Amino acid sequence: MKKEHEEIAEKYALLLPPAALTEIRETVPGTISKEKLEQIFAETIAAYTAARINPGECVGLVSAESIGEPGTQMTLNTFHFAGVAEMNVTTGLPRVIEILDSQKEIKTPTMEIFLKSEYNKIDAVRKFAAAIKETLLGELVLEYALNIFDQTLRLKLNTAMLADFSLSVKELVKLLKPKTKGFTIEETDDSITFIKKGNKPEEIKEIYALKEKMKVIKVKGIKSIKQVLPVKRDEEYIVLTSGTNLKDILELPEVDAVRTTTNDINEIYMVLGIEAARQSIINEVNKVVEAQGLNIDIRHVMLVADVMCSNGAVKGVTRYGVVSEKASVLARASFETPIKHLINAALEGEIDNLSSVVENVMINQPVPLGTGLPGLITKLK
Amino acid sequence: MVDVYINSKFVGTIDDSVLFVEDIKDLRRKGMISNEVNVYHNLDAHEVHVKTDEGRARRPLIVVKDGKPLLTEKHLEQLTQGEITWFDLVRQGVIEYLDAAEEENAFVAYVEENVTSEHTHLEVTPGALSGIATALVPFGNYNQSSRLIIGSKNQKQALGFYAANFHLRMDMDANILHYPQYPLVKTKIHDVTDYDQHPSGQNMIVAVMCYDGYNMEDGVILNGGSVQRGLARSTYFRPVSAEELRYSGGLVDEVSVPDKEIKGYRTERDYQFLEGDGIVYPEAKIEEGNVVIGRTSPPRFLSSLDEYNLSVATRRESSISLKHGEQGIADFVVITENEEGNKLVQVRLREERIPEIGDKFTSRHGQKGVTGILLPPQDIPFSTRGIVPDLIFTPHGISSRMTVSHLIELIGGKVSALNGRFVDGTLFEAESEEDLRNELLHLGFAQDGTEMFYDGRTGKQMLARIYVGNMYYLRLRHMVANKMQSRARGPIQLLTRQPTEGKAKEGGLRLGEMEKDTFIAHGASLLLKERFNADSVVIPICEKSGLMGYYDIRKNNQAISPLYGEDSEMSSIEMSYAFKLLLDEFRSLGIYTKLNLKNKY
Repeated sequence: MKKEHEEIAEKYALLLPPAALTEIRETVPGTISKEKLEQIFAETIAAYTAARINPGECVGLVSAESIGEPGTQMTLNTFHFAGVAEMNVTTGLPRVIEILDSQKEIKTPTMEIFLKSEYNKIDAVRKFAAAIKETLLGELVLEYALNIFDQTLRLKLNTAMLADFSLSVKELVKLLKPKTKGFTIEETDDSITFIKKGNKPEEIKEIYALKEKMKVIKVKGIKSIKQVLPVKRDEEYIVLTSGTNLKDILELPEVDAVRTTTNDINEIYMVLGIEAARQSIINEVNKVVEAQGLNIDIRHVMLVADVMCSNGAVKGVTRYGVVSEKASVLARASFETPIKHLINAALEGEIDNLSSVVENVMINQPVPLGTGLPGLITKLK
Repeated sequence: MVDVYINSKFVGTIDDSVLFVEDIKDLRRKGMISNEVNVYHNLDAHEVHVKTDEGRARRPLIVVKDGKPLLTEKHLEQLTQGEITWFDLVRQGVIEYLDAAEEENAFVAYVEENVTSEHTHLEVTPGALSGIATALVPFGNYNQSSRLIIGSKNQKQALGFYAANFHLRMDMDANILHYPQYPLVKTKIHDVTDYDQHPSGQNMIVAVMCYDGYNMEDGVILNGGSVQRGLARSTYFRPVSAEELRYSGGLVDEVSVPDKEIKGYRTERDYQFLEGDGIVYPEAKIEEGNVVIGRTSPPRFLSSLDEYNLSVATRRESSISLKHGEQGIADFVVITENEEGNKLVQVRLREERIPEIGDKFTSRHGQKGVTGILLPPQDIPFSTRGIVPDLIFTPHGISSRMTVSHLIELIGGKVSALNGRFVDGTLFEAESEEDLRNELLHLGFAQDGTEMFYDGRTGKQMLARIYVGNMYYLRLRHMVANKMQSRARGPIQLLTRQPTEGKAKEGGLRLGEMEKDTFIAHGASLLLKERFNADSVVIPICEKSGLMGYYDIRKNNQAISPLYGEDSEMSSIEMSYAFKLLLDEFRSLGIYTKLNLKNKY
């Protein structure tokens, strides 16, 4: 932008949001006349002011109603397709509740893993998918044989599966060695035997514990990726997973870290931070809304996401999250667990300034919104 | 070896289970053991369950042996001759009842043509898959199943001729349709259930069209002329009863005209219809507030007797009168005794119910609607032949609900009325639609059931041909007269000082939580405040302690602070009574809620 243009831009800088300013800066050609630019700014400001919400407009309730009403039309549970090789993801109302309550353990954690273009071939994708799937030793074992007298545990292995995972018994033993202190390991082509070192009391406890431990030892893949499903989406292969581990997946070289995502909002918050979490809340709610064929303006969802993320951590719309931060005791008490809030407020000697909506409805005073907002400026003598 | 259970109790084992099960079935069919015994062979679990207990839903099926149904032409002939009955067939083992468990072992053919050597049973009729009420829907097999269910539910609410001795009965909420008719389009179930003995609807001429929008959103338009001639007219009966209760100390209630001295005596006008025995005289027109049965009760507390022990007139008034919005004619009085031996007086009230706007009507296909208008006879559209519909049904009710049977019944009814014969619409066995249409053609009407119509108001020919015919319409028991209510001001609840709820208590319609939200969302806070001030109250608040004060009658009604007495400034604060109650409850929790007062301006 030219210097003279920059001066004009400077003049209007406080009247427009930064995003609008940048857009004008980037799109306006350098050859534009001063008058034209002034006109552009004037019109942008006019449009911006017209689009702004008026003071006293009850945006929260309007959003609540605009999400709540279509929500009543949502089918409670979606159908389960038995036997179809399709990932079953929570949708509908249960999913919306899950997101807005910011539940730590979501019902069906899934990831959408995008790959860099050089890996985007069916074989490579299949290989990648197989590689990230978490495989536990228990899945490879056909039979556990416990011998109390010799204090041994013999694992009979599924050699076919071993071959599938291109693993050899040797590699397995190498993997297991550091995790089985106090045992010596003997191997054959299709089995591994653990023998207790030192004195051998005839009891089952120790080798049984070892057996249980063997079952959950991770042999291969990435932790908590329970299932993988490579699918084709618009000329591109992506990998859907059941179970999520954003941090470890993003570190893989094949992965396109920009587009890869998970549906676990708390995980996104931990790995990518609050702004990503906010966007993810919007995306996830919107996904459900679209799947249900509803029509909710995205700005309502954005408002909710903003409220949930406003102080740097994701808070659910629950009595422990957003509601617990309300200033008014009466407002908190009117939501859930009233006695708890009242007693605590009494102990602390809390003061309710009756500055918001619910409190004023309770005492039958005008709520400070809309027609109830304006007041007298002149002080009464 | 297979385990054998009788009524879910293990009794032993059997080696040849197949033979065992066959034997039981055979003995049952021969009548050697009760036909209520059912046996279920669970091949997977190696169990045989013999059931003889109660509570199993069972259904009749024709037994099939070697690919041939046991029911023969000869049986049918004997049945029609009246030589044998259904139960003879059961006894002969031609028909047997299976419970849900034994059905698992059965292979049931749907119709006779389908029977193969593998089948064990044959349905008595394909329509047996529906219940009796559902089978009353004609041409039901043309519909979505959910519409059939709605249709049969509607029929249960229809007014009709429910009992021939209705005039001797004291039923709660009884309705009698004045001129009930047998449906022109019937099903076999109508015959079987003697529907002509207790019909519950009328055959009306129905036009499927719009007429000025009075039948939009599932409305129906009624012909006011037809209504004046008695269409769908009914009588509503309702009992009012009073009992002479006994109290401790030998005191009893007394049914009589209350004495003027009595506590709680109403006005003389209220007792005007009572005869000497304290009961209203038959054929009295009673309205809201009028006493139907005069009654007095002994005083509630005996201590109050002592205070006025000279006076006798301490009995309480406890007459039964008509509540808000009720009316009727005393029809019939019963004086009797109830189980406890107390004198019981019952008065049956009667009310003629002429169809009016808001009354509910339905066909038998789940197509219910509420009357939108009673068209004056001169405004009704009429056909070229001068036929005038009794009821105008909206075409928009059909497209989304897809009740094809509704449309076919209309044609069937037309054929029936024109030809003087009943049309059979039994589930799966109905007369074919094509035949009905052809018959209509032969009767000189358009095959598609439409006719040219003229607007009753202008006399102009209508642009579209109107689908018109006869249909069996039912009047449903939901009548506005029982439901209509309004209130501007009225009684309030004692505890909260908010308006009462419900029609009987002359209550208001609650502006609930979500409705409140819409007011706020519109920013109409002052309107909201006004709507919610029904329980508004002004309470003196102590400025020092922030507690609610009280008015002391001894000090010229001066407001007094509970903590500082007269030494504090008291301000009158307007708030909702519900909030005052909340403050009281806080105090009961041991919470000191201090109101900090501040000038609003």
